[in-house]
Amino acid sequence: MTASEHPDDTARDGPELDGPELDRILSETWGDKAGLIGWLTTVDHKRVGKRYIVTAMTFMLLGGMLALIMRLQLARPESGLITADRYNQIFTMHGSTMMFLFAVPVMEAFGVYLVPLMVGTRAISFPRLNAFSYWLYVFGGIMLWVAFLRDVGPDIGWFAYTPLSGPEYSPGKRADFWAQMITFTEVAALAVAVEIVATILKQRAPGMRLDRIPLFVWGMLVTAFMVIFSMPAVTLASSFLLSDRLVGTQFYNATEGGSALLWQHLFWFFGHPEVYIIFIPGLGFVSAMVETFCRRPVFAYPVMVAALVTIGLLAFGLWVHHMFATGLPRLGYAFYTAASMAIALPSGVQIFCWIATMWDSRPRFEVPMWWVVGFIITFVIGGLTGVMVASVPLDLELHDTYFVVAHFHYTLIGGAVFPLLGAITYWFPKITGRMMNDRIGKLAFVLVFAGFHLTFMTMHFTGLLGMPRRVFTYPAGLGWETLNMTSTVGAFVMASGVLVFLGNILASLRRGAIAGDNPWGAASLEWAATSPPRPYNFAHIPAVTSSTPLWEESLPVFSGLRVKQRELVLTTVVEAVPDIRDPSPTPTIWPLIAALATTGLFIWSIFSPWALVWGAIPVGIALTAWFWPKSPPRHGREPVIE
Amino acid sequence: MRRPLSLAPVLLLLSGCAGVQSMSEGAGFGSQQFNHLMLLFLVVTGISYALVLVFLTVAVAGRRNEGGEARLRSLLIGWVGFILIGLVLLTVASFFSDRREARAGAEQEPLKVTVSANQWWWSIEYQNDDPSRIVHTANELHLPVGRPVQLNLVSGDVIHSLWIPALAGKQDLIPGRENDLRIVPTRIGHYRGQCAEFCGLQHAHMAFDVTVESPQNFAAWYAAQQQPAPEPTDPRAKAGHDWFMSHACANCHSIAGTPAGGVTAPDLTHVASRQTIAAGTLPMSRGNLRGWIANPQGVKPGAHMPAVGMTADELDAVASYLETLK
Repeated sequence: MTASEHPDDTARDGPELDGPELDRILSETWGDKAGLIGWLTTVDHKRVGKRYIVTAMTFMLLGGMLALIMRLQLARPESGLITADRYNQIFTMHGSTMMFLFAVPVMEAFGVYLVPLMVGTRAISFPRLNAFSYWLYVFGGIMLWVAFLRDVGPDIGWFAYTPLSGPEYSPGKRADFWAQMITFTEVAALAVAVEIVATILKQRAPGMRLDRIPLFVWGMLVTAFMVIFSMPAVTLASSFLLSDRLVGTQFYNATEGGSALLWQHLFWFFGHPEVYIIFIPGLGFVSAMVETFCRRPVFAYPVMVAALVTIGLLAFGLWVHHMFATGLPRLGYAFYTAASMAIALPSGVQIFCWIATMWDSRPRFEVPMWWVVGFIITFVIGGLTGVMVASVPLDLELHDTYFVVAHFHYTLIGGAVFPLLGAITYWFPKITGRMMNDRIGKLAFVLVFAGFHLTFMTMHFTGLLGMPRRVFTYPAGLGWETLNMTSTVGAFVMASGVLVFLGNILASLRRGAIAGDNPWGAASLEWAATSPPRPYNFAHIPAVTSSTPLWEESLPVFSGLRVKQRELVLTTVVEAVPDIRDPSPTPTIWPLIAALATTGLFIWSIFSPWALVWGAIPVGIALTAWFWPKSPPRHGREPVIE
Repeated sequence: MRRPLSLAPVLLLLSGCAGVQSMSEGAGFGSQQFNHLMLLFLVVTGISYALVLVFLTVAVAGRRNEGGEARLRSLLIGWVGFILIGLVLLTVASFFSDRREARAGAEQEPLKVTVSANQWWWSIEYQNDDPSRIVHTANELHLPVGRPVQLNLVSGDVIHSLWIPALAGKQDLIPGRENDLRIVPTRIGHYRGQCAEFCGLQHAHMAFDVTVESPQNFAAWYAAQQQPAPEPTDPRAKAGHDWFMSHACANCHSIAGTPAGGVTAPDLTHVASRQTIAAGTLPMSRGNLRGWIANPQGVKPGAHMPAVGMTADELDAVASYLETLK
């Protein structure tokens, strides 16, 4: 230690500094300002994560309401409830909201909240980018919904095939709002993906080698890499579309040398991985819950990890199975059939491993496990119908029918939403400090599960009887009436279950039993933090000696981090050996201002290409201020051993 | 013709009536292949699902595993083997089914038909080496049973998809591309096709009728379609004819044998012989014809047919004329 060193530098956590005194100092260092200023400037991954989760769930409710409106319209043939124009906007908004504003963000949100806790660090990497990402996401979502409520909602489907979405067949600004919403959400998603990759690879607790990472964290790592590799394709596609619409390029115009199919290749190169981006975190939820309630690690951990990585890789090799009817060379289809079917192998292996884990233990069937069992019963059906639509001769009939609607709702609701609702029940005590009500939780499960199968099992048959997707009405006499009415009834049963679930959340927030740090007796590190966690997550950084650290006799800790400045320990990628102590950014308003400036640029550029020129100026100012060095840092990175 | 093993009985039970738009009809080679293959898939996936459910039930409620991890490992290997065999079986079966479909009817000279899709109707042209024997029609296909038909698929605007579930799988019609679809109808009957790719506002009202008939009946229909429209004899119909020819109708529609030669809307030469109006939207009847002409935007909002200002009398005359176009 040198005489010139600042007194703040000497304070370190350790045996001499512990207990309430350490809590006071760390809370001051890692806490936010009180009130609105703190709310707007926070970079705490838990506050941002909670916000992300609540916002995404709100979009789920909005998207769900649209689904109910569609079901009302389709309950009877030739129903005049809503016009074709409004229906087309509604089904487009339902798909776009669920995919871009609910499913992907909610999974990333759980990653934002949980990953730093599960790997035992004080903060997410790039926390200001994280705040920026949230603001951009919410502004993009609001833009789309305001457009929809003002009757300029997109009416081109969530897939927005060209040339229907191009300037000639979609005049006005409806398609532009859709394409620009893509830009918003993709920037937000890419930002989160980068943070999650960096957090997982560099900020794990000492000793958390790659083979000791919780399976949920593995899932988030695979998901984040998939986001990084797939999202640029759709960003490129939607940018081409915007420039076709705004400045008269001809990327998708066949009569001017463009190609209508180019869009489909780019879109599905993103769109198929997107599905796995949504359900791989769901698989991670299931692994976490199975481990806890079976009180043993999930059977065949290396196989589980290999399965996740395999799904992540295969996902990029099967986009053409969305295009079997486009007349591409027929022999080439065989490759995509094989690749699509191959997904069944890693998925089937995971299903086996979870069930085997239950069989090899004495599982406790708390409410989260009900969702796990519901997930297995449901998701496997979606996987098996997925095998069917991977076959060219079957897909040419089934494609774009209600059979496919049934198929992907089985995979996405069964594979991602059921685990999500289980995960909310499971982590609710960690996030809020209170338990959710047990009996109401079971009631919600029964209603959602029964309503779901009533709605979507029926749709398989509606599809086989020839009902195409995306039709605002249908004639009587084709045998679809009873089936459609049944689906509508089921949808309302399911919606009532969702309402019961929400009511349970609201009631439990006030009156739920106090949870304690580890109410389920789980093994992973987030349960070592308090419920809800303190702003700094852990008083001392935990040190890990197994894949189930909280089931060991004791949890050793790693101390010696500065406590009066935000400091993290970075560890090596494979072995998680402590490597460097790294400062972590403090709260600031600039991510919010940068997001506002970026929002201005994005929305303005729907109307004028000059937005890219003049709109870049405020963005540049905001980013400059964001990155402006306030004072020479007292420390950069330092090795752990001084 | 032998009806294939199919899903039809199950679907019949569920829907309460036979579907002219059902995949399980098996009225064409492609649909038959679909039904055979689907049955195989249902068996294999059904066994897989049953195994999962049995294992899950045991794990939730049955006796605990007493064989330790070694037992789990050997079961896992067995499960992987089962999935692999199943997947290989289904992939190979799909491949050969697809090949069979591609070769179907290759030994016969196909009937050649060009289908051009537009928002939101189908323009249909039966090709013939003799240009005078080409037949133009719209929103209705007549096919002789047993003879392959080669559909040449093009689009005039956005992407559409031609799909007759009872006969075969679908194929997209894409601007800037030409696609092919070969169908071999195997059973006489009336079926319904529909656009399967979202194509804008009235995608739901872009259907067409398909009649599979005996070669003799088809030949008779074809001969009738080659005839130009008859000169109207009835004075009301004559008045309608004159009104039609001297107003906007004739700019978009064609009626062979008359000055009307527009190509941006359905050919009306034999419109009254068709089963539906406005691409499967309304059944053909005098009342519906009148309703459609008087207020196309009420029947099918957004359709490219405008309401043409006309008196009730003129409307009646035009409908009378169109009714003569058998």
